[in-house]
Amino acid sequence: MRPLPSISDDYDLVIVGAGPAGMAAALAALETGIERVLMVDREVEPGGILNQCIHNGFGLHYFGEELTGPEYAQRFLADLLDHNIDIATDSYVFDISPDRLVTLMSPEFGVRQVTAGAVVLAMGARERTRGAIRIPGTRPSGVMTAGLAQKFVNQFGMLPGRRVAILGSGDIGLIMARRMKLEGMEVPGVFEIMPHANGLNRNIVQCLDDFHTPLHLSTTVVEIHGRDRVEKVTVAPVDEQLRPDMSRTRTIVCDTLLGSIGLIPENELSLRLGLRIDPTTSGPMVSSTMETSRDGVFAAGNVVHIHDIVDFVSQEALLAGENAGRFITGRRPPADNIKLNAGVNVASIVPHTISSDREHTVYVRVRRPLEKSWLRLGDVYEKRLRYVVPAEMVSIKVRPRFLEEFHGDILTIDIVPRHESGKGEE
Amino acid sequence: MTTVHPEGAIYHYLCIECPLGCRIEVEEDADGNIVDVRGYACNKGKTFAEREHTDPRRMVTTTVAVQGGLWPRLPVRTTTAVPKDRVWAVVELLRPVSVESPVRMGEVVFADIAGTGVDVVASRDMPVR
Repeated sequence: MRPLPSISDDYDLVIVGAGPAGMAAALAALETGIERVLMVDREVEPGGILNQCIHNGFGLHYFGEELTGPEYAQRFLADLLDHNIDIATDSYVFDISPDRLVTLMSPEFGVRQVTAGAVVLAMGARERTRGAIRIPGTRPSGVMTAGLAQKFVNQFGMLPGRRVAILGSGDIGLIMARRMKLEGMEVPGVFEIMPHANGLNRNIVQCLDDFHTPLHLSTTVVEIHGRDRVEKVTVAPVDEQLRPDMSRTRTIVCDTLLGSIGLIPENELSLRLGLRIDPTTSGPMVSSTMETSRDGVFAAGNVVHIHDIVDFVSQEALLAGENAGRFITGRRPPADNIKLNAGVNVASIVPHTISSDREHTVYVRVRRPLEKSWLRLGDVYEKRLRYVVPAEMVSIKVRPRFLEEFHGDILTIDIVPRHESGKGEE
Repeated sequence: MTTVHPEGAIYHYLCIECPLGCRIEVEEDADGNIVDVRGYACNKGKTFAEREHTDPRRMVTTTVAVQGGLWPRLPVRTTTAVPKDRVWAVVELLRPVSVESPVRMGEVVFADIAGTGVDVVASRDMPVR
């Protein structure tokens, strides 16, 4: 990245975060005709977490081909660099006022305040740490998140340890199990407290089975041992209430423990801004235009809700960027008139409101797996779903024609078992 | 996992085509011919299991050293999937490789690696630090 020669005091749009969400939002906003866009990122280059995700599997939905993370990022960045956009890397936004005065800090410009016609929040997420699940034991070095280990290995070429146990079967942990095997480390096992794996089957097969790395389900780490460095961990099977059975513990010798136990939207700025937060997603509540509870403040990507695949982050961020552009140019669409309500077996829904005059993509996360189910949108629409799991978001298109006969202001989404009866059903 | 018996063998595969994750069995007779594929819920699963049984392939993604770049490591990938039993050979051959920045995405880092006929290319630009 060429360093930013100067920073203006006044922008049409300021985007916080230059990962997949920030880059897509910037592109869509520039398409609406606005010109003065500043994107701020704390890393030394745009791309966000994609830069360390060197494995393939990105882009099947968005580009129709399978890319690695860096390739996916570079495609967006190449498009962005065709436009005139200010990208402040190595920089950090630490405050946004309700009237959109953005305070940032950078090595070149020190602390600066810039005004923004609109803001897109695209800060992404942070990994849940050991502290979040309170594993007892000592506090040696060698306990870290899977994503941090990924950055060490893939970008710095540093190995986190020699013998690495993994807690949690999220995809990042599975990907790292393979990565570390390929780099010559030992992986004594992946330990998952739930009775089922959290990651994709593809990663179970290609990242664990291919390398004979065992996956221990219904098992968790109950103690970490070691004074200066991790020496071993104690694991125990858990019962249906996820309580460890301390009479059946075993010791796993390792010098490193990686956690792959989930992501938390990074919303310090959102909280400072006083945005309304959805407790089920831990992200800001958003309208169908990805606008938060503050005028002109939009949000997209993992900062809103945790996505399984980056392609959906890009789609969502295009919507946020386009609407930020429309807000700035005074072409804001009519306000939403229908609130979406999470019903049976629905953990969360994004966006939180929709408008009956446009088509919307609505993302729904289920609470528990169902083999055959109906997704019901009030009594205006139902869709047959084949298999739903909490780890994979369900997306539906809500079309204006579904709502032609609907005159209420709340629609509840339920995902309920489908009991086959008639002929001709699958 | 494999179950061998005098009349042949049964091989077990976890289907990766969708979250359903069918446990598919491929049965071979004593001559190694596939005599049955079962346990799949759709044709994608059948195709997956047959391919995984007869010609399993994997993309290889790893890194090589890069001198003078923004980062010390350059991510690389095989341009297409290679036979699964060549994955280690690919990784071992790439271990000593070191390239000079700048590098462009798609630049060949290792041609026709491990006799696979597949090139290994850079997965990103690596500018000079």
